[in-house]
Amino acid sequence: MSALLSVEGLTKAYPGVLANSDISFEVAPGEVHALLGENGAGKSTLVKTIYGLVTPDEGRMFIDGTLFEPRGPQAARAAGVSMVFQHFSLFEALNVAENIALGMANPPGRQELSQKIRDIANAYGLSVDPDRLVGDLSVGERQRVEIVRCLLQKPRILIMDEPTSVLTPQEVNTLFTTLRKLSAEGVAILYISHKLEEIRALCDRATILRSGRVVGACRPAEKTARQLAEMMIGLELTRPLPRLFTPGDPLLKIRDLTVPASSPFGTTLKSIDLTLHKGEVLGIAGVAGNGQDELMDVLSGETRVKGDAIRLEQREIGALGPNRRRMLGLLAAPEERLGHAAAGDMSLADNAYLTGRKRQRLDYRGFIKKATTENFARAIVSRFDVRTPGVGTLARALSGGNLQKFVIGREIMQRPGVLVVNQPTWGVDAHAAATIRTALRDLAAEGTGVLIISQDLDELMEIADMFAVLESGRLTVPQRTGSLTIEEIGLMMGGSTKGAVQDAHA
Amino acid sequence: MLTLEPRRRSSTLLQALTPVLAVLATMVAGGILFAALGKNPVEAIRIIFVDPFFDPFSRSELLVKAAPLALIAIGLSFGFRAGIWNIGAEGQFIIGALCAGATALAFWGTEGTWLLPLMALAGMIGGFLWGMIPALLKIRFGANEILVSLMLVYVAELLLSALVSGPLRDPDGFNFPESRRFHDSATLPIILQNTRAHIGILVALALGPLAYAILHKHVFGYHVKLLGTAPRAAAFAGVNTKLMIAACLGLSGALAGLAGTFEAAGPVGQLVPSLPVGYGFTAIIVAFLGRLDPLGILAASLVMALTYIGGETAQFTLQIPAAAISVFQGMLLFFLLGFEVLTRFRIRRVTRATS
Amino acid sequence: MKTSVAPHAVTLTAIAALVVFALANGLNPVLLTVSITVAATPLLLAALGEMVVEKSGVLNLGVEGMMIIGAIAGFATAVETGSPMIGLIAAAAAGAALSLVFGFLTQVLLSNQVATGLALTLFGLGLAALLGQSYAGLKPPSFPHLDIPLVSDIPVLGPILFAHDLLVYITALILLGTAWFLYRTRAGLILRAVGENHDAAHALGYEVIRIRLAAIAFGGACAGLGGAGLSLVRVPQWTEGMTAGAGWIALAIVVFGSWRPGRVALGAFLFGGVTILQLNLQAANLTALWLLVLGFLLLATHVTVRGLTTGSMHRSMLPLWAATLASAAWALAAPVSIQTQYLSMTPYICTIIVLVVMSADRLKANLNAPASLGRVFFRTG
Repeated sequence: MSALLSVEGLTKAYPGVLANSDISFEVAPGEVHALLGENGAGKSTLVKTIYGLVTPDEGRMFIDGTLFEPRGPQAARAAGVSMVFQHFSLFEALNVAENIALGMANPPGRQELSQKIRDIANAYGLSVDPDRLVGDLSVGERQRVEIVRCLLQKPRILIMDEPTSVLTPQEVNTLFTTLRKLSAEGVAILYISHKLEEIRALCDRATILRSGRVVGACRPAEKTARQLAEMMIGLELTRPLPRLFTPGDPLLKIRDLTVPASSPFGTTLKSIDLTLHKGEVLGIAGVAGNGQDELMDVLSGETRVKGDAIRLEQREIGALGPNRRRMLGLLAAPEERLGHAAAGDMSLADNAYLTGRKRQRLDYRGFIKKATTENFARAIVSRFDVRTPGVGTLARALSGGNLQKFVIGREIMQRPGVLVVNQPTWGVDAHAAATIRTALRDLAAEGTGVLIISQDLDELMEIADMFAVLESGRLTVPQRTGSLTIEEIGLMMGGSTKGAVQDAHA
Repeated sequence: MLTLEPRRRSSTLLQALTPVLAVLATMVAGGILFAALGKNPVEAIRIIFVDPFFDPFSRSELLVKAAPLALIAIGLSFGFRAGIWNIGAEGQFIIGALCAGATALAFWGTEGTWLLPLMALAGMIGGFLWGMIPALLKIRFGANEILVSLMLVYVAELLLSALVSGPLRDPDGFNFPESRRFHDSATLPIILQNTRAHIGILVALALGPLAYAILHKHVFGYHVKLLGTAPRAAAFAGVNTKLMIAACLGLSGALAGLAGTFEAAGPVGQLVPSLPVGYGFTAIIVAFLGRLDPLGILAASLVMALTYIGGETAQFTLQIPAAAISVFQGMLLFFLLGFEVLTRFRIRRVTRATS
Repeated sequence: MKTSVAPHAVTLTAIAALVVFALANGLNPVLLTVSITVAATPLLLAALGEMVVEKSGVLNLGVEGMMIIGAIAGFATAVETGSPMIGLIAAAAAGAALSLVFGFLTQVLLSNQVATGLALTLFGLGLAALLGQSYAGLKPPSFPHLDIPLVSDIPVLGPILFAHDLLVYITALILLGTAWFLYRTRAGLILRAVGENHDAAHALGYEVIRIRLAAIAFGGACAGLGGAGLSLVRVPQWTEGMTAGAGWIALAIVVFGSWRPGRVALGAFLFGGVTILQLNLQAANLTALWLLVLGFLLLATHVTVRGLTTGSMHRSMLPLWAATLASAAWALAAPVSIQTQYLSMTPYICTIIVLVVMSADRLKANLNAPASLGRVFFRTG
């Protein structure tokens, strides 16, 4: 088997980080090759190098045995390399055809392009309408646009960066069918993921990365998921033990809450009903862009609603702002660490003051109590094992996992009655994720109601007692986590894909 | 090739050093400009930046010029930090002067120590209300405060001109478009004998530390900074953005109005169409030169006052045109913004090691 | 795509009001239109340039500075060479050169766009004053007037469309060219993409910074041309600070035109109309109350048309119409004249009103505005 792509000794350093160190591997034509590794293992830098977005410090790449030194993505595409990004490289205010034309070296005229798009879409079972605005498409549809854009280039190597993190299980199956078809046609696929079962199901070979280095290679089908995980992480994982859940008194109630979208491409929340009990962990699943951010803003108090739409232990709090809600015990940690949950250009101490101000009494008549604030920040840092030189360090200097531990810890340390978190372990390394999940479970065990919004089904299956799905701004009735199969949940999440729903009822 | 690399922590030394570097670079570039105008660059720079310190009158004039600049710039710095851009301080300055002046003229000839405080109050309220126009339009309709506040400068200038050639015109003034000269009770006390240094200088001096405390120790300053660096985090922290818009524009308006009051009741002593000389715009440069920090602004206002006083001297000793000083000030802001890159990024050489 | 008809209705009302005003005062509507065209040309040039800059995702607040530099560069060159055409070229070059200072600072050194734009204006005003010292009071060589044969003799349409100076035709070409470029060419698509999402454009391999620098230079050249339009055609003379906020008004026109070339042109004519109207009121010694009437009329039209399209009438509609009629009655009954300064305020107050009306509908404004406008792009890798 001769290599289509071979990578030799790639090295790339960023200030303070060695993103890639002496990385070598080969991909054969028609092979589905997994790049497996945790967040921060260097997968993204590696594929960006192959796609010409990053210039390596050292090392060489070959395609078909000839030296491959792309000066930019256009050169990479000309050499037959295409890439589907994790965060899509799409333009919301432009239509599908325009978006696709932007990814091509010499796009044909409008009519011809639309026809080509339809042809490719039909051939690979990827339905897309060339005339629709991308901003109006669902996340799954957007990914199809990205894939069609790549396929129009007739790539020889297709890079997929975490393609399934935003898809429902059914959409994942469709994607795999498409990828297998491509591989049968001889296209090599470089598949980045940290989802082990997927890799076992799809990939022929895997290269495993840890801290920027290649730490192993294997045939995934021959390994168990646990073996793969240990290769990826380097040691054993501790998981929280399952626990018995008996719901306490109701704490937080939302009744028939409807909130119109605040931006052109936002989601309208439609008659949301939910009850959160003492000691309950309620998981809300759903593909991104189905109203998660909007629901979070409504719960944190950033979006005000009618007073009686949200009650906290009988008190009407819908019209209250974030600080009044904090005083009453409703705390929150939004998804976006930098810029929303924390201010990147401020120190950890200042960020501790951000939400701890009222409940921890960090100021007196508006004047900030410096020592008290710093002590509070230090307490968070030590209890949640946040790796930082000190509390004077800027938030953006911390790694994602450490900052997330700080953000979640900041709320937990304030002993919330209800804690709402959005994507608590998104982009966080396995250790930090485990710490955070355990802390959330412990908090619930002490009687706090915990509401977790997450796209990670495995995470919710692991820690949630009750489970509901948010889809197109609607929330399903919460059910006991054990009572549903992944298959059923997938169908709930993909409410918009009509075929799948019909199958479910058949 | 050179690339920029974000710094993981900001360097305090560089932060303090940027304005100094910018001033030095401006001196060099200004020297080149003066040389191009056929003047001796070394002499010009000496006249502008050094000589004013050796002349007692110039020294006091420095303070007279610096006081309004510092007052306005301190007010602006809060908004600039929060990402609320009040570009119309000049207009608020004019309205402040107008309100204070109208108060003085209404009580013309009446003696009393209460008059000056009343004028200051009127001036501040005037500036505050003029600043509230863009604030309310932004809060209610989302109108861009930069454009609205700037348009209001032109309106204020025309209003001043209309009023001093109309209702506020000096009845014994041979139809000149100017008001009566204010009487003694409506004129600021002088703090240094035989100079124009007035009590407003002390007000500006006292305001510096006070604003510093509010910016760095108080929750208001915290919210201002938070809103500027991370607007979504500010909303999450419970900051009322609308209130902050009103507070920042109102505060800068009131302080600009106070500066206008001092100008009218101090060095000018009456209302004239030529009362506004661009302090409201120069204060923008002062605010950035002081790195948007009240204490830094006090120092920066003196530097900028130097260019005014020294510039005037250079005008009649070297015949350097007045406009050259504006160019000089504009260049200073360019250099400041350019050098600021050093505080946020480090510059690194990259070489491609392959092949 | 849903578009609001309100701005069109408001514009049509304004045009109708203008014609009525002209006829009522015995002015020739045709000549009035011609002078409005001349007044609108510099604004349109500057606004079109800024629109392209903003479409690429950059907010350059230095239009005023670039305009005035264009004004003096064009004027001085025209006087020295005796050729207004060379003057125009110099004006465009000077505007572009100054804009590239802004481009270097904001795109390469990543400085704050708002502050840098302001610096550009302050610097430009100073530099223009310095350069213009010896040119005050001079008369520039007159600009070639281009009456297109035959068609310029058509009554009404002839003088309105085909008997202008060269700059008007150049502006028309730039207007059409800009619209064609933005919506019909691949380069225009790339420019819009960069303004929409610079990270995605970068990921696809487009040179965000280079594209933006090109847009900034184009914007500077247009602003410079607009400035020359003031000093060589409209006034024609050089006076210090002669732009008097025209650059800022151009920025407002971009908002008014919601980043679309056709509407930007309408906006420029609206402001040209206000300027001319205001001058004519001053000359005719008419009461300023008529401006109040016009303001109320436009607001009432806007509210009514929006009410008709959305199906729900705003509660301010009836009071606004009542105010229109009442102020009109007042103006007819009491023809008091007022100080000219108040009339001179109208372009500025109109700018504020336009900003308010256009910004009030936030959803729509958001949809049209380039999504990356004013955001700093930092290239990694």
